[in-house]
Amino acid sequence: MFKKTGVPTKEMIRSRFPKDKKVLFRPKAIIECYDEIPCNPCETVCPFSAITIGEDINAIPQIDFDKCTGCGICVHSCPGLAIIVAMIKNGKAYFKVPYELLPLPKVKERWLAVNRNGDVISKCKIENVMTAKKSTNNTTIVTVSLEQPYLYDFITIRRPHE
Amino acid sequence: MINRDLVIVGGGPAGLSAAKVALDAGMKVTLIERFNQLGGQLIKQTHKFFGSKLQYAKTRGFDIAKILIDDLNGFSHDQLEILLDATCVALYPDKVLTVYQYGKYMKYNAKSVIVATGASEKILAFENNDLPGIYGAGAIQTIMNIYGIQPGKEVVMVGSGNIGLIVAYQLLQAGVKVSAILEAASYIGGYLVHASKLKRLGVDILTNTTVKKAVGEEKLEKIITVKLDEKWQEIPGSEAEMDTDVLCISVGLSPLHQLMSMAGVKMVDISELGGLVPKKTCDYETTVDNVYACGDVTGIEEASSAMVEGRICGLMAANHLGFKHPNGEQLEDDLNNQLCVLRQGPCGEKIRCGLKKVGEI
Amino acid sequence: MRVKEHPILNFNHQNEIHFTYNEKPMVGYEGDTIGAALYDNGIRHFSDSVVHKRPRGLYCAIGNCGSCYMQVNGVENVKTCMTLLEDDMRVISEVDEDKDD
Repeated sequence: MFKKTGVPTKEMIRSRFPKDKKVLFRPKAIIECYDEIPCNPCETVCPFSAITIGEDINAIPQIDFDKCTGCGICVHSCPGLAIIVAMIKNGKAYFKVPYELLPLPKVKERWLAVNRNGDVISKCKIENVMTAKKSTNNTTIVTVSLEQPYLYDFITIRRPHE
Repeated sequence: MINRDLVIVGGGPAGLSAAKVALDAGMKVTLIERFNQLGGQLIKQTHKFFGSKLQYAKTRGFDIAKILIDDLNGFSHDQLEILLDATCVALYPDKVLTVYQYGKYMKYNAKSVIVATGASEKILAFENNDLPGIYGAGAIQTIMNIYGIQPGKEVVMVGSGNIGLIVAYQLLQAGVKVSAILEAASYIGGYLVHASKLKRLGVDILTNTTVKKAVGEEKLEKIITVKLDEKWQEIPGSEAEMDTDVLCISVGLSPLHQLMSMAGVKMVDISELGGLVPKKTCDYETTVDNVYACGDVTGIEEASSAMVEGRICGLMAANHLGFKHPNGEQLEDDLNNQLCVLRQGPCGEKIRCGLKKVGEI
Repeated sequence: MRVKEHPILNFNHQNEIHFTYNEKPMVGYEGDTIGAALYDNGIRHFSDSVVHKRPRGLYCAIGNCGSCYMQVNGVENVKTCMTLLEDDMRVISEVDEDKDD
């Protein structure tokens, strides 16, 4: 179905998260790149060598969660906008997501949380907005928080009154 | 008649890359571009490119264009002549070219020629497919990303290849609603990361679906879609209406082969490469001596490959005329390796298959 | 309609260019091609097909398709998608007069 809709299955999504939820007590990059495409910026930009693709740049990136610090450089470097950073803190799920639409959210605003099917699943709180600049190749990175049960469902934000 | 070592037709990713390498090797180059600025289709690409560092991955297309254009700074006018708003209207087997610019025709006598003319968009056959409101994806990109004009209120995209998916996303960025993406095949054609990006923003990709008919008097008002079975046959009774003022056609590209056909280059029809392409040696030389071709005109592929091909082409053109590039041998190996890497995955299967056929025919 | 704000691109829609289309005054911006400015002014019917006189739009916008030919300052068959707009340009469509836009 993924090839018909662009929506990965639950199993596919879970396979990109750490097996042990406790790993997410620190921020980690979740790389949703399921397609073998010739592309490797995530590997080359990672300052901690946590992402491996290898000689054949068509290979699917592998992440070493021990090395990943959740810094998010890969989030704005991924041409496919396929990487987010996830973390669990005080019982809530925190995410850093790439956002390339206008208007941008503002800190403390409540926006809608959206799943991979494009459906609204909850509300979320905008924690931080790192606006687009040259070093991020003009991609804005938004940090949001929402209830932990949405950890595996959440993928992006949407402006409330749409 | 103006004498030059090398005339390059086309100032897109392939032509610009070829020019840089040929200039580094010491050739005197004329670069001919039809539009009023260099960069080809790169100038309207707002997305970050795939590939590796060597092809400027993670850089947005229009920024890559700037890099390639900046690479040509510092050469004197004698070394590099850039003709904008100039159309090469003829290429003869003896490498004489006729160029039309600002109402005048000029003749160039080149020792070698690189054809990097790119591609044009394919059209889809359906009733009323010529109604205003039905545009190629490239036109939508031009209107929207160069001139900052919204093409309409809402858009239905036909085709889910990379261009269709990318342009659909760009429409959302420009504040235009994308009602749906139609895909005649059973599966999404482009990179799935692009599809996921659209789906999460609420855009559906309707597979096994195509446009049957456009409706409207002077301009498009609505379309009739139809479902297709696995054998691409219409399923009777599955027709549905969709109101839309813009239909964007993104069903592939064909190489702009006309100049080479005119010069007597042996052409072969390879469906995997998008249509008529020149037969060429591994040095990118066509069947006419010192006429080379690179980029989409030799087979439809990504801009990343077009840049690498352009560099190889520039190097080969220089080599054959005895111009020595400072690190030519190493460059040649590096570039060939880059192409190999870009094409070796499952996405490169079609192009590998097509290129093999060019060699075999 | 012009894109007012864009997350990635900056458009410079400042210097107006005044021209006429079928004698009607219109405004575009510096850097526009004639075709782009006409499109922004709501023109969708750019030409008629040669034989059946069917309306044609700005299909390719990069000089390939030939659907946007018009008479510009008295010169016929100008590719409006490739020609930069200039002040006081007189643009006249080559569609039949009785079925004008």
